[in-house]
Amino acid sequence: MLDTTLPDFLASDAQAAERDAVGPGPVPLTLDVNNVSHSLFIEPKTTLAEALRDSLDLTGTKVGCDRGACSACTVWLDGKPIAACMMLAIDVGSRKITTIEGLAHGDELHPVQSAFIAHDAVQCGFCTPGLVMSCAALLESNPTPTIDDIKAATSGHLCRCGTHPHVHDAMLDASRIRKT
Amino acid sequence: MTSADTRLQKYPVGIDSVSMAEIERRVPAGEAPPLPPNPQLAVIGKSIPRINGRAKVTGAAPFTVDVKLPGMLYARLLRSPLPHARVMSIDIGAAERHPGVRAIHVINDVVGRAVETTGQNTPAGTSGRRVLYVGDPIAAVAAVTPEAAQAAVDLIKVDYQPLAFVVDLEDARKPDAPRVFAHPVHGESFAGGNPAGTALPQQGNVRGPNKSGSRGDAAAGFADADVVIEGEFRTQVQTHCCLEPHGLVADWRKDGLTVYMSTQFTAGIRAELAAAFGLPLSRVRVIVDAMGGGFGSKSSAGNYARAAVTLSRQANAPVRLVLDRHEEQIDSGNRPATVQRLRVGARRNGTLTAIAIDTYGTSGVGLGAGIGNFAQAIYDCANFELVQSDVFINAGPGCAMRAPGNVPGAFALEQTIDELAEKLGMDPLTLRGRIDLSAVRREERRIGAARFGWNRRRAPGSDSGPIKRGLGMAQSLWGANVRTNSACEVRIFRDGSVEVLSSVQDIGTGIGTVLAQVVAEELGLRPEDITVRIGDTEYPAGPPSYGSLTTASITPPARNAAYQVLRKLIEIAAPSFAAAAGNLAARAGRISTADNSRSIGFREAAAQLPTDQIGVVASRSDDYADFARKMGDMASAQNALGGVQFAEVAVDTETGIVRVERVVAVQDCGRPMNPLQIESQVQGGILQGISYALFEERILDRHTGHMLNANLEQYKILRSRETPAIEVHLLENYQGMSATDAYGIAEPSNIATAPAIANAVYNAIGVRLRQLPMSPAAVLAALGRIPQRSGPT
Repeated sequence: MLDTTLPDFLASDAQAAERDAVGPGPVPLTLDVNNVSHSLFIEPKTTLAEALRDSLDLTGTKVGCDRGACSACTVWLDGKPIAACMMLAIDVGSRKITTIEGLAHGDELHPVQSAFIAHDAVQCGFCTPGLVMSCAALLESNPTPTIDDIKAATSGHLCRCGTHPHVHDAMLDASRIRKT
Repeated sequence: MTSADTRLQKYPVGIDSVSMAEIERRVPAGEAPPLPPNPQLAVIGKSIPRINGRAKVTGAAPFTVDVKLPGMLYARLLRSPLPHARVMSIDIGAAERHPGVRAIHVINDVVGRAVETTGQNTPAGTSGRRVLYVGDPIAAVAAVTPEAAQAAVDLIKVDYQPLAFVVDLEDARKPDAPRVFAHPVHGESFAGGNPAGTALPQQGNVRGPNKSGSRGDAAAGFADADVVIEGEFRTQVQTHCCLEPHGLVADWRKDGLTVYMSTQFTAGIRAELAAAFGLPLSRVRVIVDAMGGGFGSKSSAGNYARAAVTLSRQANAPVRLVLDRHEEQIDSGNRPATVQRLRVGARRNGTLTAIAIDTYGTSGVGLGAGIGNFAQAIYDCANFELVQSDVFINAGPGCAMRAPGNVPGAFALEQTIDELAEKLGMDPLTLRGRIDLSAVRREERRIGAARFGWNRRRAPGSDSGPIKRGLGMAQSLWGANVRTNSACEVRIFRDGSVEVLSSVQDIGTGIGTVLAQVVAEELGLRPEDITVRIGDTEYPAGPPSYGSLTTASITPPARNAAYQVLRKLIEIAAPSFAAAAGNLAARAGRISTADNSRSIGFREAAAQLPTDQIGVVASRSDDYADFARKMGDMASAQNALGGVQFAEVAVDTETGIVRVERVVAVQDCGRPMNPLQIESQVQGGILQGISYALFEERILDRHTGHMLNANLEQYKILRSRETPAIEVHLLENYQGMSATDAYGIAEPSNIATAPAIANAVYNAIGVRLRQLPMSPAAVLAALGRIPQRSGPT
């Protein structure tokens, strides 16, 4: 789910406007992605989704609509889910980005990932990384979500194959496993 | 077949919850022996987790949009901003001078739409063709970055002479409407489920009527009827909205063409591109790994893939062309709109005496706005009259979308059958029990009614408050389709490892997992012991992923190939433990005698291979009792697929909002191979059906011809909050027809949902909604609370 409170990056946009203009040519910037610091040299207009996919080869983050309508590109910004297609990489600053590639601990999957496999909450799989990121974020903030909490947390995600019922099953299961 | 190359075998037949029997079939000698029903099997029929699940939940699964090749260029298409125009001239000079540009291709030959017999492409006195809809592709540019490609596209100067256009279905039918085509057209399309018909009359924008499929004497049938029900139903244009856009990377080299493409049919794309570019099949390779949804729209190469290949040939470099979401909405296919006028005649006891359907619809500039074979085939009725016409409008061509034809067809007929039941004073299930000869659906109605609690159903409009609840049901019919041109290889290696190989692609259904199950079952191994190599035309040519035919087409040859390669292994290994080869079987990782007295490990046996590997390629045999129909590579099994769905809705009569609260689906697909994956498919079919019933609609602006909701926020699609409780029950229906007896599920699960909801809405409010989508405005208009809106575009 996209955070509906006033996003931090609006504030940082305002700060950016006060700085000297940059671009249109490439500018240096540093991105902290999955606890690794990356130095990039990219155009200021590059979205976070483009930076992840094209510059860092982290192609698990998918772009379905490129305008914040499908949530396929969901990543974490300081632990909160955002649409990576709706944020410029240059506006990330020092905040930590977590992508689907950074969710598991080595070979050990996040409980949400394991539950998605066990409940077949995956069909074509294109929306799956974004859904997993929103579901995992929900469990971080609410270890015992109700079915309505789960529906709300995933309400921004478009899944054309219709995995929603199995996503709901997987999430209820993952929260049970976490409790025990 | 001579008796020398056939043998007689006894097969289990019947529905598991009804009764089982045995039937003797004469089968080709190479066929694997009969499989017992699922409960007696180790791997088939079990809910094995999908083999690429881990890759998909970790982001590692490689989709076409993730493919990057060294030196790869980026392509964009120039598309018509006008709904109808002559292209007087195209000036690519400025685009050519853009420093990033490597190739420009002006598209003169277009595919995927109706084609005029004369005169369409090069009108006299012009340099180019006529463009027929907003989004019609005109040129393609390959450049070193996506931005450079778009900049160059913007530099192409096109001199358009605008022509009169029409995008409204009813306007287009008028005699004085602007003509989309000036000459008679022909072409192929399965957008309406059945072939579009040839040599039909054409007047203005109306092509037809096509009366094929009629039988008996409808007039006599209506004369015999005690009651006649009439109604007009309208269904909207639905777009596919695959989450992964259409796209490919084309890599043209001197020694051949390699294409990485998000497609439902690798072997078909190979054939199509080989023919289009004059290449031998052996020099074209098509590859897809993870594939982000197709639903019918990624079955052919289309104009975009031809453009990318042409650019790659010109630039001598790989070219990536991926559509954006706006292009997806306006030019990647759609489910045609229909207007159906139904008349159904019956005797007082429910016996149908006649069905007559007069229908027209629009597939844009394409053909095939038909209603499939649903009304033609589902109920027992001697007299059936079908009159179908296509109406052309200046909009992107339709194409097959999940259960093409039968989805709009069922929406109209299943509501009419409910109206008939009410008029006759019969329960809808009782009437269907009288007119539906399918033993499968009879059992599905029985199970579904009990699980759903059909006996809770009350008279229409029983709730007194503003929120009214209702129950409804409807049925499915879909062909048990097979493509006999489907092959598979199974290899055993000297170290005991096993591979299954086919060009068949996994578009999200999990066919790779099912292949691992089939081969593991036959070889006595575990699914994780089988390496699955699919989605690449370097392997034996497999079936498409459309028509719900994939499992039915590829699992029998997979099992037969496994059986035959195992016989080879056994012949080699049997002497080493003094066993007679004919007496040996593979189970639990060993090859054993029937009495289990002597055995050898599968690996030990494989170690005796004289070569590093042995393999067998098998292709799809005909069904053992023959097909109902066979034309070329395509066939339909004798027993069609059924399915019955029940829906419970709450209608807010003040806001007009319909909420689907619960759906119970009882479906059949022959032998279920992986129940959990099948449940996923059925849930998806139901959710797409709810979305079609309540939310989705392409809206074209009649003043500009542009689609007004060409995105994913204003084109409304069901999401998690609108997802109801869904219960899926699967029949096991054994017929003894192939080595696996497995058939499809994707499309039959999408047919009954919308009419079940419509029947439930009627039961809730006592007013019938005959138009899709059943939006709040449509509900309020039906209740007389706001004025009726005009017809859909």
